[in-house]
Amino acid sequence: MTGQDSPGQRTVVVGVGNEFRRDDGAGPAVIARLRALQPGDASLSGVTLALSDGEPGRMIDLWEGTRLAVVIDAVRDSRMPPGHLYQLAVDALTGVADGAASSHGIGLGDTVELARVLGRLPARLTVLAVAGRDFGLGTGLTAEVAAAVGELVEQVREIVRR
Amino acid sequence: MHVRVRAGAVEDVRLEIYEPPRFFEAFLRGRRHTEPPDITARICGICPVAYQMSACLAIEAACGIEVSAPVADLRRLLFCGEWIESHALHIYLLHAPDFLGYASALDLAREGRGRGLVERGLALKKAGNAIMELVGGRAIHPVNVRVGGFYRAPARTEMAALAEKLRVALDLALDTVAWAAGFEFPDFHHDHEMLALVTPGQYAIDRGTVASTGGLTFAPAEFEDYVIEEQVPHSTALHARLAGRGRYLTGPTARYTLSGQWLSPVARQAADAAGLGAECRNPFRSILVRAVEVVYAVDEALRLIDRYEPPAPCYLEVPPRAATGHGATEAPRGVLFHRYAIDADGLITSARIVPPTSQNQASIEDDLRRFVADRLDLDDRQLTWQCEQAIRNYDPCISCSTHFLDLTVDRG
Repeated sequence: MTGQDSPGQRTVVVGVGNEFRRDDGAGPAVIARLRALQPGDASLSGVTLALSDGEPGRMIDLWEGTRLAVVIDAVRDSRMPPGHLYQLAVDALTGVADGAASSHGIGLGDTVELARVLGRLPARLTVLAVAGRDFGLGTGLTAEVAAAVGELVEQVREIVRR
Repeated sequence: MHVRVRAGAVEDVRLEIYEPPRFFEAFLRGRRHTEPPDITARICGICPVAYQMSACLAIEAACGIEVSAPVADLRRLLFCGEWIESHALHIYLLHAPDFLGYASALDLAREGRGRGLVERGLALKKAGNAIMELVGGRAIHPVNVRVGGFYRAPARTEMAALAEKLRVALDLALDTVAWAAGFEFPDFHHDHEMLALVTPGQYAIDRGTVASTGGLTFAPAEFEDYVIEEQVPHSTALHARLAGRGRYLTGPTARYTLSGQWLSPVARQAADAAGLGAECRNPFRSILVRAVEVVYAVDEALRLIDRYEPPAPCYLEVPPRAATGHGATEAPRGVLFHRYAIDADGLITSARIVPPTSQNQASIEDDLRRFVADRLDLDDRQLTWQCEQAIRNYDPCISCSTHFLDLTVDRG
């Protein structure tokens, strides 16, 4: 599972969220699907697949020194229907913090900004997000978000191939 | 948070906190008796070990099993990792910016010297992370813990590499105490009864008898006889009180007050040098107590590693029996109590979890009532900021957020 390449060549894909908070489990669901695919998928060879609760210190440790980091998270966005997908390059992340649906309050936008200030961003960072509908207590994604997991998996495979 | 002011005096302060464990209690019913450590670890990303350990102790008590001393030591080591991680996060990313006049750790990191401070906090936290990864199997929701012990015991060589990191972390932890000792602390004290686990001769972390500054002493199995939880109209969180006595406080300052004499010499010296006396009743100085507890946790981890031999076997089988068991440990935020009833087939028939945040809620409200009373001349924005600081003293789960408080002031 862990990439064997030298630092600077590594790629990490991080699923952020908690599968006991309904749609907040979208990131972990994508990682689970990628782990099942990894043994037979050349594009995922050597890619580190990781889970995170979004806590900033561990997020920064996961992506520091990598060539590419892809972060998958669920967001609240009342303007978009559940299941809507977003793809954000790092520069577009400022201001995302308030929309992050993490169970803890330090949002992804703040984590990215902190890493930038500390000089600990990956060479390239892409965030894939999905608009969730239900972030209450419970397991299982809502239908709209579950239906988006396959597309998120395809997007990750496409990004890590580039 | 709602504040009602009449004729220039605070008439009422109510804090509404959302509380998740009730859902998990329902979710646990009908599950196997081996499952709670994995399930309850998901309640909190910052203190999963405490949830796992309280669950293990309760189920093992129900089944009449006591783990070996080497397994208990390995659990204590894992717990040290969680304390280091949780406290370092709170001190550096949440609490210190309050004292230094920054809105957030991000703003602190943008300043010249602040960047180095945030880096130090993250490095210290990473040492705790390293313990969690090696002993717990991974940093979040550890997977190596099972009822009866561990799936795998780390090798001595792996522990030696971990000790190298911890020796560096000890210096960072000592620097943290000296740094935090220089903060200006508001002159504010409480008279709450304080409650913590105690293990005479050792600073309580992974087990103990429940004790209070008012002279109470009882076993975890008696917890529900002494601690009454009740609904209050304004919050989904239950409020806890000591039967016949009233509100109480658990957490780092309670631990320090009840067990400070059993800190290791290096942690005790750090506490003395920082000006902490025999007890700590100023909640703003809790940052200092957390810093001392980080020193202790790093030092204790090094002691445990120094004498480490991989336990063999690393777990005991825990066959079920129809019984009820209780477990209590010291989560970073205070006493965490679990109770499980299981049937002869090993299925859970009832579960109860009492987290520290709900135990502290009445005391936090009392603090806020007095705190707000002295600050009624502030506008709502200033008052919100200062109340956030006052709440953050207790590190409730909600304080993970840097700006979490929705304050309404009814000034009549």
